[in-house]
Amino acid sequence: MSSITYLEAIRLAQQRALKEDPRVFIYGQDIGAFGGAFKATKNLAKEFPGRVLDAPISEDAMVGLAIGAAIEGMRPIVEMQFADFSTCGFNQIVNQAATLHYRTGTPCPIVVRLPSGGTPGSGPFHSQSMEAIYAHYPGLVVMTPATVEDAYTMLLEAISIDDPVIFCEHKFLYYHLKAESLPSAPAEALPFGKARIARPGRDATIVAYSAMVHEALAAAEELVQDGYDIEVVDLRTVRPIDTDTILASVARTGRLLVVGEAWPWGGVASEVIARVASEGFGLLDAPPQRLNAKETPVPYHPALWGTHRPTASSVANSLRQLLEL
Amino acid sequence: MTKANSTKSKGSETKSSEESSTARVNRELSRRAYRTMLEARLLEEKLAALYRSGKIVGGVFLGRGQEALSVALGVHLRRGDIYAPLIRDQAGRLAFGDTILDTLRTYLGSSLGSMRGRDGNIHRGRPSEGYHAMISHLGAMVSTVCGSLVAKRFHGEKSAVGATCIGEGGTSTGSFHEGMNMAAIENLPLVVVVANNQYSYSTPNERQFACSDLLARAAGYGVSGHRAVGNDLVDCLGVIGKAVATARRGEGPQLVVADLLRLVGHGEHDDASYIPEVMKKSPLGRDCLELARQSLIAQEWLSDDEADSWHKAVEKEVEETASKVLREPAPDPSEEDWNAFASPSLGRNL
Ligand SMILES: Cc1ncc(C[n+]2csc(CCOP(=O)(O)OP(=O)(O)O)c2C)c(N)n1
Ligand SMILES: [Mg+2]
Repeated sequence: MSSITYLEAIRLAQQRALKEDPRVFIYGQDIGAFGGAFKATKNLAKEFPGRVLDAPISEDAMVGLAIGAAIEGMRPIVEMQFADFSTCGFNQIVNQAATLHYRTGTPCPIVVRLPSGGTPGSGPFHSQSMEAIYAHYPGLVVMTPATVEDAYTMLLEAISIDDPVIFCEHKFLYYHLKAESLPSAPAEALPFGKARIARPGRDATIVAYSAMVHEALAAAEELVQDGYDIEVVDLRTVRPIDTDTILASVARTGRLLVVGEAWPWGGVASEVIARVASEGFGLLDAPPQRLNAKETPVPYHPALWGTHRPTASSVANSLRQLLEL
Repeated sequence: MTKANSTKSKGSETKSSEESSTARVNRELSRRAYRTMLEARLLEEKLAALYRSGKIVGGVFLGRGQEALSVALGVHLRRGDIYAPLIRDQAGRLAFGDTILDTLRTYLGSSLGSMRGRDGNIHRGRPSEGYHAMISHLGAMVSTVCGSLVAKRFHGEKSAVGATCIGEGGTSTGSFHEGMNMAAIENLPLVVVVANNQYSYSTPNERQFACSDLLARAAGYGVSGHRAVGNDLVDCLGVIGKAVATARRGEGPQLVVADLLRLVGHGEHDDASYIPEVMKKSPLGRDCLELARQSLIAQEWLSDDEADSWHKAVEKEVEETASKVLREPAPDPSEEDWNAFASPSLGRNL
């Protein structure tokens, strides 16, 4: 059995959507004959002529085009070449896509794919994690899949729902993460908006999403040697956020560490901590903690980058401190 | 009678009946356009009065002086087309099918209006009917209309056009440039009308762009360019009619630039004292509504009496509609679902 990468799962989900739903088309830079900067649309332009279209370097207009097409009944997918460049399409995303249904009652079913997060050597402008910025805006669904299976089923789900979806796919997971097979339908996966217990445990809860789920799982393994049993919750979508699953986990463990690759200020980790503090204060045996990237732009050199972002060992250190509180 | 003769006489007969039918079309179009301009003007005067008496909150941004240009686009569009009007397009909106009633409802925040008090004033539309609801951010609607046209291409709808309007100030945005470039690449049936009213809020054109003529940009984008006299209804109808027809034939995007002046402040809070008197007194400052009336009467397409009776009828309709809407319910915060998502499953789990 050949194994499927996270990137291939994204390509296969798009292939399936194009095959099954005539409303779907993909729009992005270099995604046609070339197959995309990361090859997430490899061969799709050939297989679906006229439906995988090269876009000019115009992120604002790319998203605008998707919105207008969605109004007329299409299901556009926009590929940003890197999440970082979505700032140039920010206005259309947050002011037009996010407000359309609330203002007019007309849904805006677009998917904006954001190749997100850091990889060694990518530097300040090809490494960003932008989920918190988009999650801030009511009306946007923000997905952050951490597994190959979720990359596949959640992308299909993103295409099928009536709301605009910011799909944060992690570049570090593109080639690293593999699965033996894919679920045959989204229905086989967890319901949309539901978090997943990636590892059950009883001594502390780590809430993470996207690539940080894997750092959290590795840290949990490391702490087995210390005799601790750590639970890891994978949020899957950061908006809507599954507060119930988080609170249920904290109720079991009494301790919370939230890990995010993005900056801490006003981010997803702060949101999780705010919710647990206000809705589950009595469940906590220790002050809730968070571990995020350092508060500088994402550095270029692998040695700096490896320290800038949380890693299994920094997560393990934070856990040890939390367990002693 | 020779064959040649009879052919000739038949030919000239056809020609003259064609001419009279073209004249009839022009006459009807011009009359409809004038009537709509009048509706826009009187409706906007009512909006200004409601604003001054504190009944309308937020801003009131009027298109006084720009009705001819605006209506000329609206009357050339039809069901199935896409229209994204902007700030000064009350006349075009009414021509496209918006109503005095829904305009008043939106400005007054009636819960029965299409925006239900969730958005107001010029930020209104019914996107599912091809009538896009502008966002404030200038330039953003160009690519949105492109997207709707791409969808129509996917659906195999060949004869639809999309149209949007913008002020000369809005053409300085990146969004506008991106949208025009994209429309040209995709060869979309898009008509963009630029109302160059010489000011962007208080900013004169010297501080807005350095090219001598905005129309020169058409070549840069790779689209066709047209110039219209912005306060001359007949000219606007002719030029924009041609631009719309050209786009409809599949000949790609059309950029129309028209010079004019707005005969009001940027919004009703603004007295436009920064516009010099000499400019107001120049041909640019002539009132398109007055000129249109004169021109239709000169052509004998409209009589003074008829124009006066239209004025009275529209005034009455506006007054009656306004008093009706003033009695309509405001949105009730306790009945709102306070949910921005369309998917029912997302509900309150935010
Ligand atoms: C991107 C953006 N920046 C600023 C504004 C605020 N604003 C609203 S209208 C306006 C002036 C627009 O001038 P112009 O495009 O010439 O249209 P006009 O008002 O003259 O009809 C400005 C600056 C805005 N709406 N959008
Ligand atoms: Mg202007």
